[in-house]
Amino acid sequence: MKRIQKLGMALMLCLGVVTATGTASAEPLYDKARGTAPLLETTKPPVLGNPINDDVRRTRNYAQQPPVIPHRIDGYQVDKNFNKCMDCHSRTKAEVSQAIPVSITHYQDRDGNTLAQISTRRYFCVQCHVGQDNATPFVRNTFQDVDSLLLKALQNPANASKKP
Amino acid sequence: MNWGTSMLQLLKRYWAVIRRPSVHFSLGFLTIGGFIAGILFWGAFNTAMEVTNTEKFCTGCHEMRDNVFAELKSTIHYTNRSGVRAICSDCHVPHNWTDKMARKMQASKEVWGKIFGTVDTPEKFDAKRLELAQHEWARLKANDSLECRNCHNYDSMDFTRQSQRAQNMHSTYLANKEKTCIDCHKGIAHQLPHIPPGLGPSDSPGQVVPAPVAMAKP
Repeated sequence: MKRIQKLGMALMLCLGVVTATGTASAEPLYDKARGTAPLLETTKPPVLGNPINDDVRRTRNYAQQPPVIPHRIDGYQVDKNFNKCMDCHSRTKAEVSQAIPVSITHYQDRDGNTLAQISTRRYFCVQCHVGQDNATPFVRNTFQDVDSLLLKALQNPANASKKP
Repeated sequence: MNWGTSMLQLLKRYWAVIRRPSVHFSLGFLTIGGFIAGILFWGAFNTAMEVTNTEKFCTGCHEMRDNVFAELKSTIHYTNRSGVRAICSDCHVPHNWTDKMARKMQASKEVWGKIFGTVDTPEKFDAKRLELAQHEWARLKANDSLECRNCHNYDSMDFTRQSQRAQNMHSTYLANKEKTCIDCHKGIAHQLPHIPPGLGPSDSPGQVVPAPVAMAKP
């Protein structure tokens, strides 16, 4: 019985040494957003960007993409009392504000009934629509939209026909 | 009738006392002393008035500190890149003396509200917020946003340094005096209340359904 205990302890010690050396030799965690800061420590936040504010409409990357916001939205109040976005983007304000009114889908509830006011499920604009900033993405994106794929296929029909 | 005559008698007596030349005090003492007392009174009065204009005084009560002052703190009128900021009285008390006196007299209602706890909980404050906001909107609308313009001078605005949207708005509605600052810039320093349909100020652009302009043209 004692021998078994001793054997067990020796084994655990061995395992401990192996794991210890294993972690020591491994590279420290590097995260694109956090850098090498350990998870339990607070990182130094990056400086604030300068949001795009030119009001030029951006191309959507795919048909279903919610249009991005080409202006500053700092400090916009969107809560149960007031929706700053709808202060300009509602149907009745289009003439004065020259902002694009939100589409009819935003007035529909999930059963497809069209409501008089914006639907609660569409109320919080920045859940889908986001402001823009000239920042370098943390993760490389290889997304290609359908038009560029079509163009590629047209330019190189041999390559395209190979694919099922 | 009897009360009226006795009142008249009293006034006459006081009038006689005021008219009678002084027996004990010299003319010099009365004039110079009166002059100095006047300066002291006026100085004390204005100092006390200025104390009620300080941020410390305004945020001395929890109604202001926990509601409107807390909301102000995240806005550009409290924190910004250059550190120029506005305190409560910059926007809520007229700078002109007579207007300031009138506003301070109105503010006695606020003392009443403080004593009887009209807005002493966040719930009570929220229930009252629309009414309070409407008072301020009406005041700023009536004086052509004077308190905004005390700092934001239209003639010194460089439109080319503004965003396209701001340029469009300021060069039309503000330039032709159709709108004043508060019409569009409500809720820049404090959170807006829920404005039920029909209770919102109709002067704000787009608050009413615009008349069909294309139809009106011949």
